[in-house]
Amino acid sequence: MRNAGVIFKKQLKDTLKNKTVLIQFIMFPAMTLLMENAVKIPDMPELFFTKLFSVMFLGMAPITSAAAIISEEKEKNTLRVLMMANVKPWEYLLGVGLYVWTLCMAGAGIMATGLPASDIPFYLGIMAAGLVISVVIGACIGVFASNQMSATSLFVPVMMVFSFSPMLAMFNDKIEKVARVFYTQQLRVLMNQMSFEGIKTESILILVVNAVLAVVLFFAAFRKKGLE
Amino acid sequence: MITTKGIFKSFAGKTVLSGIDLDIKSGTVFGLLGPSGAGKTTLIKIITGQLGADSGEVHVFGKNVKDLTGDDKKQIGIMMDDHGVYDRLSVADNLKVFCDIYGIPYSGIGKALEEVGLADSAKKPAAKLSKGMLARLKLARVFLIEPKILFLDEPTSGLDPMTMKYIHRLIKARRDAGCTVFLTTHNMEEATVLCDEVALLNEGKIVERGQPSEICRRYNHQKKINIHLKTGGDVSFAHDAESAGEIGRLIEQGRLETIHSSEPTLETVFIELTGRKLEAEEEIRYA
Ligand SMILES: Nc1ncnc2c1ncn2[C@@H]1O[C@H](COP(=O)(O)OP(=O)(O)OP(=O)(O)O)[C@@H](O)[C@H]1O
Ligand SMILES: [Mg+2]
Repeated sequence: MRNAGVIFKKQLKDTLKNKTVLIQFIMFPAMTLLMENAVKIPDMPELFFTKLFSVMFLGMAPITSAAAIISEEKEKNTLRVLMMANVKPWEYLLGVGLYVWTLCMAGAGIMATGLPASDIPFYLGIMAAGLVISVVIGACIGVFASNQMSATSLFVPVMMVFSFSPMLAMFNDKIEKVARVFYTQQLRVLMNQMSFEGIKTESILILVVNAVLAVVLFFAAFRKKGLE
Repeated sequence: MITTKGIFKSFAGKTVLSGIDLDIKSGTVFGLLGPSGAGKTTLIKIITGQLGADSGEVHVFGKNVKDLTGDDKKQIGIMMDDHGVYDRLSVADNLKVFCDIYGIPYSGIGKALEEVGLADSAKKPAAKLSKGMLARLKLARVFLIEPKILFLDEPTSGLDPMTMKYIHRLIKARRDAGCTVFLTTHNMEEATVLCDEVALLNEGKIVERGQPSEICRRYNHQKKINIHLKTGGDVSFAHDAESAGEIGRLIEQGRLETIHSSEPTLETVFIELTGRKLEAEEEIRYA
């Protein structure tokens, strides 16, 4: 357990130096602040950018950064050194997962600044849950890929599907029908309702199925590849 | 300190190790020599429990490797040839990660960096280090834990002679402080100056073992004296009384430029034993 903390701390030190991961954490929160303050279009739904970008952020940043961090550590053979130092695979994955989740939550905290105070607990609650699913998907890709190249070729399409489908679904009904089975689209729906009372059983069900699938795929990848 | 009995290992039907018996005494530098692909790394991995053998037993600290506890493992420093460092983190931060893992106070970092001569580069990102400095950082990382046993897989491969000598001094200093060192190399010269004992690994078997000087003496059956003449020619004489007169005459006549007796080196012993040159590959690489 202590080793998970060590990994967390190591990642924290790396944050400002690792530009590819850093930009993932910063891009959408910064864009949200910018657009919400700069762009005012009449008839635009309230907090349009906050809700849209939150879901895109959630579908992109954790998947990309978890996969990038784990696959880099494999490629550069630093992961082996950790395993040799008796760091357990689950300690490592927990450390990386917690790190990615925490930084993304910090990003969500920034994006929440535009929301009315009463909506913030709900917003952060669904972000927290959605980020967990994304982190598991990212870790799954990181574990499955043996180097950064193969991780990139895996996470790009996955991240595109999850983060862009909610946006495309707004413009196209057919896409919406497909997209609704993704957790990101359901979170987008929840984001629009913005209340615990309005949550439909269908949304909960889809979220749970997504989460279970992510976890099952993760364990399948881990069983097949381990952390070698 | 480290013993192996009848280690067999094959990958996909290809036998890499067939019956390796070793007994490495405490406080010595042991060198495992062999050409590329001989199975040196594989044997280290088996001894350190990173890889299972098909059959055979490994004992470290008098215990089966499978039974080593976390505390035992904390006394074993392992540096494999492909191990990496955190490029973006500084030299000191790289070590801090391992201090945290092993529960060592950060005060040990200064000492370890001092030891390997990297104290001035503590704040440099690891990516900015030269190859020799990187090798020393990796050594500092294993030295940090003050191990009782050190496994070093090709600790000097591809380094310049200066850094190589420096690392030899470090390794010897560790041994003198009571550490047992198990290293691999394909550099015979290195083995001769560094190792108290060596074993030559070829085609899955240990073909010779012992102190380097003693192995060389054992293979000194040619016993020749080679003379280079001032006129440019080379002559060689048998190492016996009969030749003494002739050699004396050459000296009297002032025709002798240099004179050597041909003791075998580990290199020539290896070639004699296997008909293979150990560093052939490296020579191609550097050609
Ligand atoms: N995981 C593996 N799967 C299949 N074959 C392997 C594996 N590891 C090693 N081998 C094979 O075992 C043989 C010995 O490899 P090993 O890395 O132990 O050699 P080595 O003596 O360390 O060589 P070098 O001096 O180049 O480091 C090689 O033929 C290699 O291809
Ligand atoms: Mg090797």
